[in-house]
Amino acid sequence: MKKAIVTVIGQDRVGIIAEVSVMLAGCGINVLDISQTLLQDTFTMVMLVDVAHITVPFAEVKRILNDLGERMDMSVRIQREDIFQAMHTV
Amino acid sequence: MINQSDILQTIQMIERENLDIRTITMGISLRDCADPDIGRLCDNIYQKITRTAKHLVKTGQDIEDEYGIPIVHKRISVTPIALVGEACKQTNWVPIAKALDAAAQEVGVNFIGGFSALVHKGYTHGDRALIESIPEALACTERVCASVNVGTTKAGINMDAVAQMGEIIRQSASLTAEQDGLGAAKLVVFCNAVEDNPFMAGAFHGVGEPECVINVGVSGPGVVKSALEHVKGQPFDIVAETIKRTAFRITRMGQLVAREASSRLGVPFGIVDLSLAPTPAIGDSVAHILTEMGLELAGAPGTTAALALLNDAVKKGGVMASSHVGGLSGAFIPVSEDAGMIEAAEKGALSLEKLEAMTCVCSVGLDMIAVPGDTSAATLSGIIADEAAIGMINQKTTAVRLIPAIGKSVGDRVEFGGLLGHAPVIAVNPFSCQAFVARGGRIPAPIHSLRN
Repeated sequence: MKKAIVTVIGQDRVGIIAEVSVMLAGCGINVLDISQTLLQDTFTMVMLVDVAHITVPFAEVKRILNDLGERMDMSVRIQREDIFQAMHTV
Repeated sequence: MINQSDILQTIQMIERENLDIRTITMGISLRDCADPDIGRLCDNIYQKITRTAKHLVKTGQDIEDEYGIPIVHKRISVTPIALVGEACKQTNWVPIAKALDAAAQEVGVNFIGGFSALVHKGYTHGDRALIESIPEALACTERVCASVNVGTTKAGINMDAVAQMGEIIRQSASLTAEQDGLGAAKLVVFCNAVEDNPFMAGAFHGVGEPECVINVGVSGPGVVKSALEHVKGQPFDIVAETIKRTAFRITRMGQLVAREASSRLGVPFGIVDLSLAPTPAIGDSVAHILTEMGLELAGAPGTTAALALLNDAVKKGGVMASSHVGGLSGAFIPVSEDAGMIEAAEKGALSLEKLEAMTCVCSVGLDMIAVPGDTSAATLSGIIADEAAIGMINQKTTAVRLIPAIGKSVGDRVEFGGLLGHAPVIAVNPFSCQAFVARGGRIPAPIHSLRN
């Protein structure tokens, strides 16, 4: 298993999770865990995903999610999980 | 799953506080390239660099994409060229610099360091040829960086080399006068130069280094400043603790990237350099960390103490986060490359003398400082001697990267563009040190160098 973190931040509206999930499924990415909060109107979602079986190169996944973010007027990012582990755990 | 607020904090550091990996620097030994024929030597150098560093830039970009952390520079350091070219009888070594430049361009790195000589105790033929070629080499290449080590705590200071480097700096600036003396911005004079420094312009691949190695320089002054904004008015114990914690996080990321780059390239991991390296961008300034501590501008009374605390706390926080720490590791205070330093120099808060005091407690020295164009070579040498003495006595690295702004005087501005930034020309003490510099010879090593 090769884990990555997807973060989605922006104005809340209908269908965010659906759209992101469809895009991830299309790239062969399995969602392992989701946590989501709404602070006033800012929607913040963090997804733990498995990228071991992605069907397109990682850089392409990143581009697809970035484009999706632009369409939804939100910030959508994917980063390997190790960076967060390294920075916040001893 | 990792705590959501930790994830968002990391993203904020990258997006808003300019957290980045400043450089992945591949050190390459060129010792096997030596040849008495300069043409063959240049060919060997070009072939070895382009073969060894073929995948460096692509690997850096892949890591950047996957981890979402910007890796600003991919660079190369090589064995000091004075050693590699020693067998050449020819004395003009500009063709070697051109070969380095061409190789750097071919593999896509923006700087290549190591047009260097180590002359802290004396010159060989190669050292002499290299040093004399520096001004032209820097004027006719784009990416080559040069450095000369003129002193160490163990050997003392070579005052002949100090005197010569004053001339070489002036010539380097004169030959590139149309670009505001850019040549001098690519030339560093060191005392106690380190062998594994990943930062330019002073990087070279030391003689004790392996065939090839990956060194990583982290950055993140903006992150430290932002962390300090949360402890306004608190005592220094809290300030130091906050910086340590932040430095730990930054370094952990550097360690991760270094390990990853090393494994993907199949090259051993050398060190992480824990330096806070500023850029002229807003929010990426070391001087603004000092002002966040309560100083009106960098250079105000208290600046040296603030910098001492910062430099020490960065090391304490970073050292546990990486398996091998090296390079210069500390806080850099280049004037032209730091928005806060530029502002302080423009408003008269920073003098050359205050900068010299600051270099006693930070990781490098008088860095990227524009001085009047009529500053004599002897005066430049006097400044180098002072700075080398600070390094020698305090057993630390010091460096001098001064840019004589040809045709300009105090208050004018030099403009290098990009990461090298811009700087006001600042005043130099007008009294002469000509007779002092003309003595030559060696300043003996200090008593505390005799430790065996």
